[in-house]
Amino acid sequence: MGERITLQSAYGQTLKELGSKYPNLVVLDADLSKITQTVHFAKAFPDRFFNVGIAEQNLMAITAGLATTGMIPVANTYACFATMRACEQVRTFIAYPNLNAKIVALSAGIEEGWSGVTHQAIEDMAIMRTIPNMTVVAPSDAFLTKKATEAIIAHKGPVYMRFGRNAFPVIYDEQVSFTLGKAIRLREGKDVTLIACGIMVERALRAAELLEKERISVRVLDMHTIKPLDEAAVLEAAKETGALVSAEDHLVSSGLGGTVAECLAAHWPAPLERIGLQDRFGETGHPDRLFEKYAMTEHHIAEAAKRAIQRKRQK
Amino acid sequence: MAAAKVLIEELEGRARGLRCDVVKMCHYAGSGHPGGSLSAADMVAALYFHFMRLDPKNPKWEDRDRFIMSKGHACPVQYAALSRRGFFPEEVLWTLRKFESPLQGHPDMKSTRGLDMTSGSLGNGLSIGVGMALGARIAKKDFRVYVILGDGEIQEGLVWEGAMAAAHFQLDSLTAMVDYNKLQIDGENEDVMGLEPLVGKWQQFGWHTIEIDGHDMAEVVRAIEEAQSTKGKPTCIIAHTVKGKGVSYMECAVDWHGRAPTQEELDQALVELGEKGGRA
Repeated sequence: MGERITLQSAYGQTLKELGSKYPNLVVLDADLSKITQTVHFAKAFPDRFFNVGIAEQNLMAITAGLATTGMIPVANTYACFATMRACEQVRTFIAYPNLNAKIVALSAGIEEGWSGVTHQAIEDMAIMRTIPNMTVVAPSDAFLTKKATEAIIAHKGPVYMRFGRNAFPVIYDEQVSFTLGKAIRLREGKDVTLIACGIMVERALRAAELLEKERISVRVLDMHTIKPLDEAAVLEAAKETGALVSAEDHLVSSGLGGTVAECLAAHWPAPLERIGLQDRFGETGHPDRLFEKYAMTEHHIAEAAKRAIQRKRQK
Repeated sequence: MAAAKVLIEELEGRARGLRCDVVKMCHYAGSGHPGGSLSAADMVAALYFHFMRLDPKNPKWEDRDRFIMSKGHACPVQYAALSRRGFFPEEVLWTLRKFESPLQGHPDMKSTRGLDMTSGSLGNGLSIGVGMALGARIAKKDFRVYVILGDGEIQEGLVWEGAMAAAHFQLDSLTAMVDYNKLQIDGENEDVMGLEPLVGKWQQFGWHTIEIDGHDMAEVVRAIEEAQSTKGKPTCIIAHTVKGKGVSYMECAVDWHGRAPTQEELDQALVELGEKGGRA
């Protein structure tokens, strides 16, 4: 195993750097600033940091109000609370008026591990993806997170960005470039395409190595932007490799797997296997044990790839 | 205080005009919420025709005062004020709730010229006002933020999150005005979910409070002046009002929360409100 860095550490430092570039950047937190790493921005720009306490609806509504005054507010909390407790504030007062506000959410997915279901958002991308005007981002490593943070602040309009909780394996270096809505092709291949986001990208790369040993040629896409989906990359993969696997630390319905399935069904039907939670909640435990139990390891991805290839041949 | 008397009479006339517009708008729309619009009319008139710093030619002027109708269903009275203040022509008012009208059933800041915030889902406006006031503080601007809250609305927990935050951040540029007409859809506040002691609640949350008759224009004006001069804490004006105020058959009648007057009912309402309520 290589180096691991939390996405939030890269995010926290980047946010602080951006504070100098954007005098109208405002950061809000709901009593999690040491965990979300907004504490660095808070120390550097105390006049532009607000802790609203444990009050996530308030967090989002205040964020909306700030955005109407020309500020670029960034609301930080856990993904469960950002997307469910404060869902209506996000939908009606940030997305509906299409305000230039950002929501950055931690503890997304069962990767969180030990806290259990209350703190494991497995439906957050699904919820945010269905809200008009909303952009949804799930970076896969710390270097990409830095670039993604710069991109979402530069982007005009509401954005939801999710992280896990623990350190993620490093995939990229500082040279990586990030464009909203443009997948990164990490590996070229012709038999099957693995489309992953967040923590599952590194697992997809490992799955590709396993498959390569069996002489299966694998394309891997880092679909860091779930919405707007890079449909061109999905359709290119469908046409050129004919079989696809989606992999996400999230419910397979309505998240990455859901959006890829919709795209394929609408434009170019092709066999798709979806790795992620299958209509069930997670539980407490070491993330490795959870990923094993819920069939989300590189081995499961590799098996899913073989099933997709089999279905392609049966067509 | 002759000047003050002139001002009060002028604002009373403005309020009558807003009330005429409200009943007409709801009639033409065939739906809408006249009761809570009429109870808030005097406060809206005082804000839009005396207190608020606005420029109808530049509705997005950065230094303008902000207004949030947190009880968004009372938007007819706000739309009427915006129109009479010059943000859009009178005939637009008669398109309320119609297909592709800029006047949506509940306020949409993207559709309506001069509207500072989207609202309609209850309980959100105060926290949004907190955000606006914080934005003013960061930008070192001196604009003020006014939020009209419904009484039933403050049963929403988020209102109290916002109240706590406004006091914590010492937002003296923020003024909340509770349109305390005592009625909500299912009946009287105190029967549905009691609010009392309401003044004490706001005080305990760290707000300066002023209790007034929300239909006595002199009291409305004095209260807003007091809010403007109160430093270090936000002000909540608890305005005792009458739902449906100004139209006899709508007053204190919960059924008029959300129904449109028929032609006959409209005619009677306009007679009661007086033709002087016509456009200045």
